[in-house]
Amino acid sequence: MLRLHPYRYHRPRELAGALELLKVHAGNVMPIAGGTDLMPNMKHRLFTPGHLVSLKGVEGLYGIEERDGEIWIGACESLTSVASAPLVKRYYPSLAFAASTIANPMIRNQGTIGGNLCLDTRCTYYNQTHFWRQALGFCLKRDGDVCHVVKGGTRCVAAHSADTPPVLITLGASADLASTEGTRTIGVEEFFTADGVWNTARKPHEVVTRVRLPKPPAGLRTSYQKLRERKSVDFPILSVALAVAMADTDTVASISLVVSGLGAKPRTIGQLDDIAAGRQLDAGIIEAVAEQAYRQCHPLANIIVDSDWRRAMVRVYVRRAFRDIQSKSEAAA
Amino acid sequence: MIEVIELTVNGDRHRIGVPSHYTLLETLRYVLGYTGSKQGCDKGDCGSCTVLVDGVPTLSCILPVQEAVGHEVTTVEGLAGPDGPHALQDAFDICGAAQCGFCTPGVLIAAASLLRQTESPSRQEIKTALSGNLCRCTGYTKIYEAVELAARAAREGRKPSELVQR
Repeated sequence: MLRLHPYRYHRPRELAGALELLKVHAGNVMPIAGGTDLMPNMKHRLFTPGHLVSLKGVEGLYGIEERDGEIWIGACESLTSVASAPLVKRYYPSLAFAASTIANPMIRNQGTIGGNLCLDTRCTYYNQTHFWRQALGFCLKRDGDVCHVVKGGTRCVAAHSADTPPVLITLGASADLASTEGTRTIGVEEFFTADGVWNTARKPHEVVTRVRLPKPPAGLRTSYQKLRERKSVDFPILSVALAVAMADTDTVASISLVVSGLGAKPRTIGQLDDIAAGRQLDAGIIEAVAEQAYRQCHPLANIIVDSDWRRAMVRVYVRRAFRDIQSKSEAAA
Repeated sequence: MIEVIELTVNGDRHRIGVPSHYTLLETLRYVLGYTGSKQGCDKGDCGSCTVLVDGVPTLSCILPVQEAVGHEVTTVEGLAGPDGPHALQDAFDICGAAQCGFCTPGVLIAAASLLRQTESPSRQEIKTALSGNLCRCTGYTKIYEAVELAARAAREGRKPSELVQR
């Protein structure tokens, strides 16, 4: 039995009311949507706010629609809705697929796309009960000042573990944030920072209100692959999102590849255009891209899995993403 | 702080006082006495606390109770009708799909939701629908067989017990 700490629960109907509550109780309040990440974390005493502001009752945070040449997804749309929405399936199949693989069916019913963007980073030494963490000695992400992953480390290396952000980055998506000070739009890639303690650009009093996706270029081929211990429930311990823009049926225009589940920030693999742009998508290119990804990824022991093996899997999962793209375009032909 | 809320569980309306930091599961078990939904991992991993909220399978152990206000909650106690057990309950009995029984209430709820959406679920659809419900006894095979039996019985408008010789 994991008891929650006492808190007051607010359920505003309007976004303005929610933002006001976040301002009034600043320092002692958190927004909550699906709660599938926050509730277990509170039960582990990783967060103990005196006030929770529920966003589920705010009507303006729903809807999946086409607007101004973009697709807008309201932050409170459930992951089940994102996975099954016709607009998402039609334009962004890799996003629909990524959402459909998150955790388990109930978590997808409750968890939201906005919440998935704001998912707290994860680490073996962090996602544990207060009792467990106290027994080992607290870590620098919460309550302590040492890192159990990197001896002598001063920077938290807990892993970004959400499924949709890597895909959103490959699709060039951005997120709208709102606070009492106003609204702003930020690219999903820029939304994340390399600090495991708080790995997003969201300030505590800000709320993600929507995700915006540009219409994909014609012939964009996408895939999402992930590695986890079980095929359900578990968070990814490695995830690969791939989007290949084609100049024509055979020639690559550009490749966007994001690898995550390893460190605090989803890693956009660089220097791929030198390898692939203007060339035919063949086994040689795929192997060169997989090698480039392998070189740029350095997983640490933030979960109890052999780090060399996890790194070796980067190559394997990048290859699988390409194979997935190839088999889909063959099926379509 | 105690909050007074109104909760509809299995069609019955309850006006109750609950600590404002209670989950739906804690309210069901410790305030209202619906102990069918189980408190397993208590952090959203195991599925034994699964209930329906407006027909949608939901983990009650990580749902703040306030989020259930104004919605219809169905627990395992609400599955059986006046004419006897739900077809799934009958089928689970016949197939031996419950061993220790701890995961069973959550499994029944998730399966009941599947059968409401699909008349003839494939084995893969059943596996996916139950992929958030962990069972450490059965190895799942008998659970899948029971769901298939219940689905067949529902399609034929009969009781599972009428389809199987015991």
